[in-house]
Amino acid sequence: MRAPRAWRWFDELTGLSRGLGPILRHPVPPAGRSAWLYVLGSATLVAFLLQVVTGTALATGYVTSSGDAYDSLRFISGTAVGRVVRGAHAYGASAMVILIGAHAIRVYLMGAYKYPRQVNWLSGAALLLLTLGMAFTGQLLRWDQTGYWTAVIAAEQAGRTPALGDWIGHFVLAGSTVGGATLSRFFATHVFFIPGLVYLAVALHLYLVLHNGISEPPVLGRPVEPATYRAWYREHLEREGRPFWPEAAWRDAVFAMLVVAVVLGVAAALGPPELGRPPDPTLIDASPRPDWYFLWYFAVLSVIPKWSEDVVIVLGPLLLVVFLVALPLVAGRGERHPLARPWAIAGVAAVVVLVWHESRVGAVAPWSPRFDARPLPADVVGATEGPIATGARVFYDRGCLYCHLVSGRGGIRGPDLSTVGDRLSREQLLTRIYSGAANMPSYVTKLRGQELESLLAFLASRQRNAP
Amino acid sequence: MIAPAPSGPPEGGRRRFLSRLSILAGAVAAALVGIPSGRFLLGLRKVPQVWRRVGSLDGFAIGNTVEVTFLDPSPLPWSGVSARTAAWLRRIGDQRFLAFSVHCTHLGCPVRWLPDAELFMCPCHGGVFYEDGRVASGPPPRPLVQYPVRVRGDAVEILTSPVPITGPRPEASELGHYRGGANACERRARGGGSTS
Repeated sequence: MRAPRAWRWFDELTGLSRGLGPILRHPVPPAGRSAWLYVLGSATLVAFLLQVVTGTALATGYVTSSGDAYDSLRFISGTAVGRVVRGAHAYGASAMVILIGAHAIRVYLMGAYKYPRQVNWLSGAALLLLTLGMAFTGQLLRWDQTGYWTAVIAAEQAGRTPALGDWIGHFVLAGSTVGGATLSRFFATHVFFIPGLVYLAVALHLYLVLHNGISEPPVLGRPVEPATYRAWYREHLEREGRPFWPEAAWRDAVFAMLVVAVVLGVAAALGPPELGRPPDPTLIDASPRPDWYFLWYFAVLSVIPKWSEDVVIVLGPLLLVVFLVALPLVAGRGERHPLARPWAIAGVAAVVVLVWHESRVGAVAPWSPRFDARPLPADVVGATEGPIATGARVFYDRGCLYCHLVSGRGGIRGPDLSTVGDRLSREQLLTRIYSGAANMPSYVTKLRGQELESLLAFLASRQRNAP
Repeated sequence: MIAPAPSGPPEGGRRRFLSRLSILAGAVAAALVGIPSGRFLLGLRKVPQVWRRVGSLDGFAIGNTVEVTFLDPSPLPWSGVSARTAAWLRRIGDQRFLAFSVHCTHLGCPVRWLPDAELFMCPCHGGVFYEDGRVASGPPPRPLVQYPVRVRGDAVEILTSPVPITGPRPEASELGHYRGGANACERRARGGGSTS
């Protein structure tokens, strides 16, 4: 088969096939049964490209002004194609976060970050952090009520930095308050700064994959020895290597196609995430929640002890960076196989369980008052008049029900009080109501006249076998 | 194919000079672009604090806490609704008011006033504040921030203020000092009222 004349002319002038051909056909070690685990990195790259394409399309319709962004997104979401593109960008972001996480775990468990691929790991770690930065700023660009409050919350977290906190916090907001400059700053970060760095890091990452060769699947009992590894790897490739294109690339292509198809399919079926109410800070009854990728962190900030908060907010992200940087420098040689590194398995399992569990906790947010609680109905109270009924009313009016459960109704921050009459004496109840606790206000000055007596009567009547 | 570098006198004085000249030229060009761009990026817009009218005196009943809204000082024309700010305002006397920032001091979420419970509650991590802004329970490290309020004739006015950035958790001793600061703020508000 002869190439067309135009291609031969172009190729002679550019040397493209001479330059790129060997790169595409570079030998890779056979991956055997773990071959499908090697598709995660390229799938992450494809997810990024999907984000670039859909994001560029969205940018042609998005208005980067604090006053108009929300309406422009409503417009985009209202068109048949815009709906799918916005959906694909949102679910593509989820796909990219999942894939880069899975890729990082795969590389970590297989010990592929060890010699000579330490800088591969470092560039990948940079990409992981940049991806999380994209996820965070992207959620904010939705610029609905949650987007607005996300900007404030970001500023408050950055503001926990010692000494420079106030300046950094207002730098994040691009001014003393959230306003015209705030959204533009996050837009520039999301669309220019971070993607620019992503392009650089991807280029470095891919160059290093070619320069060092893709890691071969680890074999138990064959540790990495820097002095001999490169020679061994070269020989291994000469003996068993196969051309990347098409013998390995086909898996990458098929898997990436599936990823794109799933993202587009979900986008077409479900549409983009719902826009909340407008970014109007005077709509006070907002309940800002992060998108799923930061829900676990939202939960962590609730469950950690108070004194550790500054440390976690400021040092937590720093420690993640330190870990990612130190790992290949400290553990750059030795056994690669996960069975020889049980701590690696335990660490990954711990992180996955923590993120999974805290995400579920964050979705429930048991520490949040249930503002939508309704007054207890008469069949729960067990009385329509008298001190018990009055006490039930006090219990609701004073906000107790927002945080305490009674017969399945109300909030879940504090203890379930459905049968508190069995557990606590009058004095014990009194002490708790008066003194409060770390997570309960003191009601010592709030209850007037007969309210305390009614409340005690109501609480005492909360028994398994109600009289 | 890139040809190998021609051999010549190794590191001759002329070549060393030209290498340094090239690097210097690049650095100068980078600085010429980078300095104004960086300064534009880092420069924060300074806006003056201004008094904003939030209502007329007889619109507020003594003892009631209500949400008031006002416009940021000199908002950019494209800010839209995001240039608005809300505060919780309570009339505590004939000419005296307290105004609380709606920002929870934990992470900045908007606190709600529950009139029957006489508490401010935060929907994010469950922070609760007493009616005077002190922390009642939950994670907030500091009392609610107060805005200065004054009464001018019939008009109730609030001094616009930056979004309060809580910053690192204060030491216990510092917290006492800070509470003093909040009271000072309150006194200032009262003082503002009496000068009208």
